[in-house]
Amino acid sequence: MNKFLIVLSRTYLNRLKSKAFIVTTVITLLMIFLITNISTIIDRFDTSEEDQVGVVTTSNYFPMLQAQLDKMESNLVLKPFEGTEKEAQQAIEEGELDSYLILDENEAGEPTAVYKAETVAEQITPQLLESALQQVKSSIAAESAGVTQKQLLEIDQPVQFEKVALEKGAKTEEELNQARVFVYVLLFVIYFSVIFYGNMVAVEVATEKSSRVMEILISSVSPVKQMFGKILGIALLGLTQYTIIILSGYLFMQLQDEEVSQTGFLSFLDFSNLTVSLVVYAIVFFVLGYLLYATILAMVGSLVSRAEEVQQLIMPIQFLIIIAFFIAMFGLGTPSSPFVTIASYIPFFTPVVMFLRVGMLAIPFWEVAISLALLIGTIIVFGILGARVYRGGVLMYGKSSSLKDIGKALKLSRKER
Amino acid sequence: MLQFQNVTKRFGAFTAVDGLNLSIPENEIFGLLGGNGAGKTTTFRMLLRLIDQTEGNILWKDDAISYDSSHVIGYLPEERGLYPKMKVKEQLIYLGKLRGMKKSEVEKEVVLWLERFNVPEYIDKKVEELSKGNQQKIQFIAAVIHKPELLILDEPFSGLDPVNVEVLKDAVLDLKKLGTTILFSSHRMEHVEELCEHLCILHKGTPVVSGNLKEIKRSYGKKNILINVDFDLAFLEELEGVLRIKQGLNHSVVQIEDEQVSQVVLHKLTERGFVRRFELEEPSLNDIFIEKVGAAYE
Repeated sequence: MNKFLIVLSRTYLNRLKSKAFIVTTVITLLMIFLITNISTIIDRFDTSEEDQVGVVTTSNYFPMLQAQLDKMESNLVLKPFEGTEKEAQQAIEEGELDSYLILDENEAGEPTAVYKAETVAEQITPQLLESALQQVKSSIAAESAGVTQKQLLEIDQPVQFEKVALEKGAKTEEELNQARVFVYVLLFVIYFSVIFYGNMVAVEVATEKSSRVMEILISSVSPVKQMFGKILGIALLGLTQYTIIILSGYLFMQLQDEEVSQTGFLSFLDFSNLTVSLVVYAIVFFVLGYLLYATILAMVGSLVSRAEEVQQLIMPIQFLIIIAFFIAMFGLGTPSSPFVTIASYIPFFTPVVMFLRVGMLAIPFWEVAISLALLIGTIIVFGILGARVYRGGVLMYGKSSSLKDIGKALKLSRKER
Repeated sequence: MLQFQNVTKRFGAFTAVDGLNLSIPENEIFGLLGGNGAGKTTTFRMLLRLIDQTEGNILWKDDAISYDSSHVIGYLPEERGLYPKMKVKEQLIYLGKLRGMKKSEVEKEVVLWLERFNVPEYIDKKVEELSKGNQQKIQFIAAVIHKPELLILDEPFSGLDPVNVEVLKDAVLDLKKLGTTILFSSHRMEHVEELCEHLCILHKGTPVVSGNLKEIKRSYGKKNILINVDFDLAFLEELEGVLRIKQGLNHSVVQIEDEQVSQVVLHKLTERGFVRRFELEEPSLNDIFIEKVGAAYE
């Protein structure tokens, strides 16, 4: 077997069988399961179907409030409470009532109310009652001013306001809202995976170096093959993990009730709006972004003498991707600002920022092509540079490591001087 | 034949190896000696193409060595290290595969080697659970499991107890019998004297002594006399041909220019008194090393 493939498959299989991989995958799956089924789970725990509210009143607004609440289709049950407030309190203690409302009217004849419950941490019930009472009040006020119900409805009618993009191919309002959600999610995935898997590459290299097994390895397989075998092995691991997660996420969604998926937590994710091209772009930018950062991180990992020093040395590299992520977050609201446009051409930021622009705007393909060419060019440069630093770096053992060692490593791998 | 043709390695202004010319015949054990920083490890690393030489050629069987020939080369680096969390067998399978072996071949060889080193029970143990000496045995197996034609051992016996040194030495001699060409470095002169026919002493990147061990000793000329007498030997210093006197508790060593001088010394001693022991011996490699490297220091 080709030695490159031997390194690749060992890196891949070794990580695949590792506890860390299994644990992170299982935890992610659990989280996805929770998210997709959150409404079902909440419903299951929510045993009290109806809220019993006692109403202590002397005014005649009660029927109107009741009628309004019926219109709002709430699961509140209003019960006129014949008795004093003291007795109402007792009823709560005995569990007959969940809360009670003292409905009254002021001098102007407008309804007023006080809501009392054991705690007022629960918001939904008082909010419902308040808005229902507000409606009652408005209609009374309107009536006394001589406004008919029909006129009142017309006043309440929201204004028609539509946004239309003139640019050809620009995304409609609805599409944009959908795109924003996807871009947000995918940005996070790209950002997270570049950091997570990139680190894995650096740690992998540093571990081999600090355990000193490196010298045997590079005497049997060329450092270039070894480095890229590792980078691609971990890339394969990442793709495996995402495949598992996406497939099971899809399965979970299929398994839940039709009703829940309509109204559930993830109902805002309308997959029909997810275009094939956006997914392809996401994969392309993910893979290229990973390759760029993994190459740099492998190079940095080769400079480290002890595995504990890895974090310290890869920090500056991580900052780059964090900056890119912040630019992208900022760009979600203003994707066409010049700042975002410029940043999208800087190879270190391209994977996230250009992806954001592709997702949010209708930019011509040549713009994407230029940024991709720049990105691929940078990857090649860092690939060549990285391979040379790696070759020298793995033979260097010093007291403390810093990024300045890149120069030393290059010298060591060069023929002259 | 392994040839170093005018091999030079410079790191900036520092010259690690300077114009090294060596021819090492096949099926031999060749010793590369030298103090710390003499350029031994750099020489090995150039041979393995881990670093490129600044000038010169290194040829094995008239061909340049490359990663395509890595399956005919075995290497035990001075810096020992294996994957600490990996099991012995898994580890050797991976390293063996990188040297062009099939998994099944490695599995067979691993069992044989572990039995030979009396540690068959380690096959499924993690390396970090083994003692340092036993880790070194595993590392040795990793260097030879693919039956290399050319074996490079950088300080193979350092850090081992005498029993394990013998076990490993026997293994080295057996590999030689099987036709392996072995290049090894050591600080321990007695190991070199025992194993090598040819050797080279490096000092600051240059060979100061090179050739057949017996010839080196012969041409060195100087001999040692072991003497045990009841009186002080200081008077011998006056004698022509006597170079150095090292008086010890049990016996003293007198270094002389050539063996003829020994007879004069013996005569003088019998004049003085009773001679318990008088033994003429070959100079040790240690003497040669100290003199050559020491002289080069001055």
